[in-house]
Amino acid sequence: MGYDPDEILYKPIEKPSPVFWYTVAGLLVIIGWALFMYVRQLYLGLGVTGMNQPVSWGFYIVNFVFFIGISHAGTLISAILRLSKAEWRRPITRMAEVITAIVLAIGGLHPIIDLGRPDRLLNIFRTGRLQSPLLWDVTSITAYFTASTVYLYIPLIPDIAILRDRGAKPQWLYKFLSWGYQGTERQKHVLERAMNILMVMVIPIAVSVHTVISYIFSMTLQPGWHSTIFGPYFVVGAIFSGIAALLIVMIAFRKVFHFEAYLKEVHFRYLGNLLLIMSLLWFYFTFSEYLTGYFGHEPFEMRVFFYKFSGKYAPYYWGMVMCNFVIPVLILSFKKTKRIPGILIAAIAVTIGMWLERLIIVVPSLANTRLPYPTGIYVPSLVEWSLLIGAVSVFVLGFVLFSRFFPLISVWEIKEGRETSVKEVSERLESYLPDTESVRY
Amino acid sequence: MPRWGMVIDLDKCTGCGACVAACKQENNVAYNTPEEAERGRTLSWINIMTEVEGEYPHLRVRYLPLPCMHCDNPPCIKVCPVRATYKADNGIVAQIYPRCIGCRYCMAACPYTVKDFNWFEPQWDPEIKKTTNPDVSLRPKGVVEKCTFCHHRLIKAREQAALEGREMLEEEYQPACVETCPANAMFFGDLDDPNSIVARLSRSPRAFRLMEDLGTEPKVYYLSEGEKII
Ligand code: SF4
Ligand code: SF4
Repeated sequence: MGYDPDEILYKPIEKPSPVFWYTVAGLLVIIGWALFMYVRQLYLGLGVTGMNQPVSWGFYIVNFVFFIGISHAGTLISAILRLSKAEWRRPITRMAEVITAIVLAIGGLHPIIDLGRPDRLLNIFRTGRLQSPLLWDVTSITAYFTASTVYLYIPLIPDIAILRDRGAKPQWLYKFLSWGYQGTERQKHVLERAMNILMVMVIPIAVSVHTVISYIFSMTLQPGWHSTIFGPYFVVGAIFSGIAALLIVMIAFRKVFHFEAYLKEVHFRYLGNLLLIMSLLWFYFTFSEYLTGYFGHEPFEMRVFFYKFSGKYAPYYWGMVMCNFVIPVLILSFKKTKRIPGILIAAIAVTIGMWLERLIIVVPSLANTRLPYPTGIYVPSLVEWSLLIGAVSVFVLGFVLFSRFFPLISVWEIKEGRETSVKEVSERLESYLPDTESVRY
Repeated sequence: MPRWGMVIDLDKCTGCGACVAACKQENNVAYNTPEEAERGRTLSWINIMTEVEGEYPHLRVRYLPLPCMHCDNPPCIKVCPVRATYKADNGIVAQIYPRCIGCRYCMAACPYTVKDFNWFEPQWDPEIKKTTNPDVSLRPKGVVEKCTFCHHRLIKAREQAALEGREMLEEEYQPACVETCPANAMFFGDLDDPNSIVARLSRSPRAFRLMEDLGTEPKVYYLSEGEKII
């Protein structure tokens, strides 16, 4: 085989650095600790958390909503970019899809961690009630997980075949996973068709997932939850946090694996624009949600409202506004600050802000009961913190392992871009222009 | 089919707490350490809410015993993923402990905050453990529980009547709290029987229900001369 211009993309797989092992070991220690804490919780009961009555949901549900939200980065963004033929997507889509698959698995586990009797989980199938919003969740998350893992895998096949042909180890893995892909015309055609179908399918599923998650809250009568805009509000928040997570991952791996030639400033600028738009959209939704609540001045609604605005949760509330709106808008509106370091700060702020948003949705409504019950206080315990850190570590570990065996940037799509797209795009562009012959007066 | 309901006269209630104690004993409700109670993990199927009105020295304390309302349109059962809580034909909202997966969704959905969760393995005083009520099952850790209107007493009364080959009388089925109340502030019976005491009291101009505007149709009525408390 001759010189491959994309040599650097194989490097993490063919010549992994020793840092890889240290990272894995470090992460495993953290995950082991989290696992130990979880087993302890299983043994002793959910009393080891900070949850109580009336705050009967805490970190686990917050993290559930948060992680599933992040999953919208991936598949949704990559599908939309592919569908709209955005050429700059090529080095980005793979990472986006990996985020989705890993984070969905993590998010999906959270409600199980939260169960008082995880041993009875199968009752959901034995005596499940489809009328319960929780079952809607089970259904749509399963569908999304299936669709997005397939959607990650299918465009990965040609890359696996390339690795197989280069003799990457372990050979059996690549032989098995490439399914005899040789890159013939027919195979290419089938692959593309499959991708097209999945692309279209995945978008409504992704939208449904976070809508249904918002329904868990909005289907109840509780003040602060019983809102009609929760569905779209959650979806917008999900895409928003997803883009932020994607940016963080891209910046991190660009640095670690020296992908500077592939992930250029322009990619970050474009994604930064998307982040800015989502930030404005998020603000619009938040504003509508709280203004309607305030204007109606329903007494119970107001208790929750003031708990967030000026009460115990005010630091988190205003922190969220800072992180989700003020910081990203300021950074992303100016050319000067809209550089990679600035974008990184904005993305981290949004990730924190969106986590705070989930916290602000879940806890205050539970803490302020309608009856003159003492207002609940919720202080997460060590167990809950450990499991949060554990979940983040699983995410990083998933990524590190994936990057050890598969290219984080889609090699064949980059090659395709180089070889055929330039011509295709200029032809396409020409077809957009007015036809000179048909212009008549 | 009767529709069981309760009436509590707040003007008679002295806030003595006898109903709470009777309920705990009758239904084998587990004990809590003071530290756990402090953290909001008390298990109690009926609670006495207190509301202090006015400024010192013109204080007025009002009490409101709060069991499960056994809503006719209960928000809690709608959300349960496994039908571990359901409304029986006689209107009693029941829990199925061996089926509950402990997701606590019903707790979050109940507007009256009357459901309790077993955060730890339930514990009893060793002496009391020996005298638990055999008619009521002990709950394991990790499930939700709440007031059942002493449903086991209904079963018992019904069986007794069947044994004697006659119809069960309404008076034969009374929950422990109602039976105990020393101030005679609690009444229990069939709301659909127009002559029953609860049906008559529920029509009184003093009668109201909690958060009627939510449309949950509670089957616990309160009587109070003053304006509504909540
Ligand atoms: S009071 Fe709460 S627990 Fe009882 S039936 Fe109504 S919603 Fe369900
Ligand atoms: S905690 Fe139990 S009873 Fe309540 S909703 Fe969950 S499974 Fe149903």
